[in-house]
Amino acid sequence: MTEITAPLSDRSVSFHTSDAAEKRLRARYAAEKRFKAYGVIAIAFAVSMLAILLFTLFRTGISAFWQTEMQLEVTFDAAVVDPKGTGNPADWDRGAFQGLANEALYKAFPEVTGRTDRRELRGLLSPVAGAFLVNYALENPAVVGQTVKVWLPTSDGINQIAKGNIDRTLPESNRPVNDTQLGYLDRMESQGAIRTAFNSTFFSASDSNYPELAGILGATVGTLLTMVVTILLSLPISVAAAVYLEEFAPKNRLTELIEVNINNLAAVPSIVFGLLGLAMFLNFFGMPRSSPLVGGMVLALLVLPTIIIASRAALKAVPPSIREAALGMGASKLQTVMHHVLPLAMPGIMTGTIIAMAHALGETAPLLMIGMNAFVTAPPTGFLDSSSALPVQVYIWADKPERGFVELTSAAILVLLTFLVAMNATAIYFRKKFERRW
Amino acid sequence: MPITYTVGTLLILTALGYLLGRRKAVTVAGGNIASLHSVPSYYGSFSALWVLLPTISLVLLWLALKGPVINWAVVDGMAPEAVLGWANASIPPGELEAVRARVAEGAGALTDIQRQLLLINITNLAAGQAQYVNPAVVDILRPAAAHMQDLRSLTDWALFGICVSLAAAALFITRGKIGPAFRARNNVERIVTFLLIICSLIAILTTVGIVLSLVFESLRFFTKVPVTEFLFGLQWSPQTAIRADQVGSSGAFGAVPLFAGTLLIATIAMCVAAPVGLLSAIYLSEYASGAVRNVIKPVLEILAGIPTVVFGFFAILTVAPFIRDMGAAIGLDVSSQSALAAGVVMGIMIVPFVSSLSDDVINAVPQSLRDGSYGLGATRSETVKQVILPAALPGIVGAMLLAVSRAIGETMIVVMAAGLQANLTANPLASVTTVTVQIKSILVGDQVFDSAKTLSVFALGLVLFAVTLVLNVVALRIVQRYREKYD
Amino acid sequence: MDTQTMTKPAAENGTKSAKMSARGVKVFYGEKRALHGIDVDIYENEVLALIGPSGCGKSTFLRTLNRMNDTIDICRVEGLITLDGADIYDPKLDVVQLRARVGMVFQKPNPFPKSIYENIIYGPKLHGLATKKDEFDAIVEQSLKRAGLWNEVKDRLMEPGTGLSGGQQQRLCIARAVAVSPEVILMDEPCSALDPIATAHIEELIDELRENFTIVIVTHNMQQAARVSQRTAFFHLGDLVEVGNTEEIFTNPRDERTQGYITGRYG
Ligand SMILES: Nc1ncnc2c1ncn2[C@@H]1O[C@H](COP(=O)(O)OP(=O)(O)OP(=O)(O)O)[C@@H](O)[C@H]1O
Ligand SMILES: [Mg+2]
Repeated sequence: MTEITAPLSDRSVSFHTSDAAEKRLRARYAAEKRFKAYGVIAIAFAVSMLAILLFTLFRTGISAFWQTEMQLEVTFDAAVVDPKGTGNPADWDRGAFQGLANEALYKAFPEVTGRTDRRELRGLLSPVAGAFLVNYALENPAVVGQTVKVWLPTSDGINQIAKGNIDRTLPESNRPVNDTQLGYLDRMESQGAIRTAFNSTFFSASDSNYPELAGILGATVGTLLTMVVTILLSLPISVAAAVYLEEFAPKNRLTELIEVNINNLAAVPSIVFGLLGLAMFLNFFGMPRSSPLVGGMVLALLVLPTIIIASRAALKAVPPSIREAALGMGASKLQTVMHHVLPLAMPGIMTGTIIAMAHALGETAPLLMIGMNAFVTAPPTGFLDSSSALPVQVYIWADKPERGFVELTSAAILVLLTFLVAMNATAIYFRKKFERRW
Repeated sequence: MPITYTVGTLLILTALGYLLGRRKAVTVAGGNIASLHSVPSYYGSFSALWVLLPTISLVLLWLALKGPVINWAVVDGMAPEAVLGWANASIPPGELEAVRARVAEGAGALTDIQRQLLLINITNLAAGQAQYVNPAVVDILRPAAAHMQDLRSLTDWALFGICVSLAAAALFITRGKIGPAFRARNNVERIVTFLLIICSLIAILTTVGIVLSLVFESLRFFTKVPVTEFLFGLQWSPQTAIRADQVGSSGAFGAVPLFAGTLLIATIAMCVAAPVGLLSAIYLSEYASGAVRNVIKPVLEILAGIPTVVFGFFAILTVAPFIRDMGAAIGLDVSSQSALAAGVVMGIMIVPFVSSLSDDVINAVPQSLRDGSYGLGATRSETVKQVILPAALPGIVGAMLLAVSRAIGETMIVVMAAGLQANLTANPLASVTTVTVQIKSILVGDQVFDSAKTLSVFALGLVLFAVTLVLNVVALRIVQRYREKYD
Repeated sequence: MDTQTMTKPAAENGTKSAKMSARGVKVFYGEKRALHGIDVDIYENEVLALIGPSGCGKSTFLRTLNRMNDTIDICRVEGLITLDGADIYDPKLDVVQLRARVGMVFQKPNPFPKSIYENIIYGPKLHGLATKKDEFDAIVEQSLKRAGLWNEVKDRLMEPGTGLSGGQQQRLCIARAVAVSPEVILMDEPCSALDPIATAHIEELIDELRENFTIVIVTHNMQQAARVSQRTAFFHLGDLVEVGNTEEIFTNPRDERTQGYITGRYG
């Protein structure tokens, strides 16, 4: 080794403390800083996108919980409302109520007389105000034959202008409400005949072509029914499968195949599950289209692999000593699993299941494939009824041209996200509460 | 006899089986329970399972097959005159000739579409909804509808009878078997294990179901459109006419523009997701303090938990207009359904996926390698770039492949933000369509389920399934190998 | 730490100058104290062996010498450690430069998953020790020769370093450390994963490396400490019990704990 000499053994001046090395070091630290900045930028990008997303949804969605209403003096002319004169609400001419609302509007603006002018004026009032008037009369049957002040929803355009969702300073041609109508609006406002009220319709109604009448009740019920089917099918099957694969299965070709298969199934695009549902459940077995039953079945298959994988992980986390102890006391393998291992793994399984259900809750594409984009104006009453679902409702509304549906879409998303947050919070609570250190 | 009653009866019989089995065991033991091989409840369960399982399987099987079998029996049992009469009133004259020519075959003379129409009419009649049926054919179809109702009630009663006798037989036989030496527990456990196996096979059945339904319908499609045209054709316009005599009745089914569009959007998505996801993962695992990690990771998880339909809405509400305005500001003409907008939003959606997979992969790189590098005087970024990333490369490649597969199969974002027009272009500012968009747009809306157009959906689905499957298998292999290396 | 009482490290042994020295070094892992105040000098061109029962803090001390402990979040170091008289925990001192001057070889061989050649030039490339291909070639040859590995691998320099045997991998790691041309090399039980022949090989190597480098080695093997080191430090439960010439420690220990340990009564 003596033939090795300089520069390695030259200790007169350490290379690492030389000026050249110092300079190089500065460059290296600059590179370091740059690289770190990339990381910060990447994270900032992801976080700010989430922030923008949530912010936009809040900004556009929050106003949907309020509805602009106008106060009109409606005369419930008994001859019009109840042409048969039976006094029984079932015999009312419901179609006539819109006319009553219009008359009340004309009365508030007596100077507006011409046909076209009156059409312009009607633009202030919701074209489905009659439906609200019917409900009002049903609740207060005594009003028939009287004249009362009633708060009625404004048209979508007025609603958006009044809530500031549409800028009233836009050029006239770019907004749904023209200058004359704005004038009417201002006049009513100055008379205190315009107010913003809580939009209870949003929670009590189902889909509609009119934003004032549209709500999420039907879709929410549809989603709940679907989820019930999903969990009833997927949870027992997945847990059984996980128990078998983790505790009983011999290591052979078949179980290996099952495992590979489960892993791959977890990554199959969800729309393909929709095609499966369409071809198998609907076309082959002739099950009812658009029904929560079929939707739930498709979603159950979709979340099956996720729950199986989570359940297996939970079972695996139970230490072997527990099994040995139970087996040592003369319990059979099945008893050991059912009495000791499974209960201990249950929190983990529940956590995995809730997360999987949250995933299923947001799934849209497979439900579209089996026709759950049905236009349902009333909540489904059973598992075989035509039904929609919350995420599908979001999709349907996002497609509608009326300005009012933009805020409804955002609001429906906010509701959907609230469900998701609640579910995930439950999962986290479970995980924290039952977290166990062996 | 609705099936719910049958099921209810079976449940009662099951409970009865449990009680009887248990009682028999206790009686046989004659006060000395210890002389039994198993605890009495196992004898009860043994009886109960034998009552329930065979019958309930039968019920499920019948539920699944009832529709197709009865439909087939009703339609094929129709008199040729009735079929002809219905056809005269219901199908276009152009198609009538073909039916007339083979009138002796009865319903066999009908095409699949016609058959479906006929069936819908009969089903509506049978359900008492004559208002949905062309009045001209109501009387012709009455017998068939009655036949359908008869068959339904007959089979339901038969099912009830068979199930109850099966259950009774099971009660009887299991009761006879129960004795002190009978190994009830082992028997019950064998049955339960069998059930567990069945459940774990459902995953396989799902795959088989997917493959079968896709392949089966695709084959029907390929009898109408050659495979080569589908895979290599450059024209996609699936607007087939409803009636054969309509002009322009043959659509074009060259799927290359769809594949290209899918790839374009997936590429844009990966251009966003790969760097952002990977760099975040690196920052979180190599730079961030525990506190920062504890904040950022849940934030990324929230991003991962947002439904794709929400991202789709985000794309049309915010990102697409933003990109269009930006384009306009620098004088570019950006389509309002540009591939760029859809791709970017999809990328944002995939970021947490990439970052959590990469995080796992990076954390699997042993600490000793980092120590070795730091010990030689490397900075963090040098260690990351020259030691950790090369060591983690296979795992990262696997993660990226999984992400690509995710991007290809994603539906809602593209359905909402990408276009419908099949343009063969690589311009990210133009509007393109994707495989999933076409599947959705063709299927949504009530379609007669037999045209080349609707069938093409399954061919697209098959391609989608095959491609994502290959990507997943390869990616999972790579990741698994990688893990084994550092275990 | 009270700086007033800290004097500039004085040579314990007049003839040599201290390359590194530690004064009152305390190390904490979170709340737990792993070292209770260590004073020791490390002389140039000498091998210092650290011995002591498991968990007594040898690795901890070794890692404070090139601030590898910085990578552990909960670890905190108090006291003074100098390299050529300069405080290495001085915030102005650069840790990257420090680690280039004080290299480290770990207990488990940890070659990078790259070729042998790339493993060796990794450090020199970072620190700009060479720029041209033939310079790198020279460094690779020199370092591998120094680590006694050249003859075994000279025909397979482009093969992955992970494909070598355990002993060869460890020598590769030594070569890798040497290639950076550090002033001090720290070795944490470099032979614990190796068989006796490979161990002998590395011991020989350490003896040769002493000519150019200052070496600190942690070992559990008394014979090894006796064979390779000039001075030995005995650690016990986070305390430095005794440090002195190896011969003296092994033949005539002053502390009975040292005696107990080297005669195998515990540890
Ligand atoms: N990363 C760490 N976090 C917390 N405590 C640690 C850490 N590393 C070491 N310790 C603790 O510090 C003490 C000294 O550990 P150290 O590794 O220095 O011992 P050692 O003398 O090298 O032992 P061995 O001979 O077994 O390698 C031990 O009690 C150990 O538990
Ligand atoms: Mg140690």
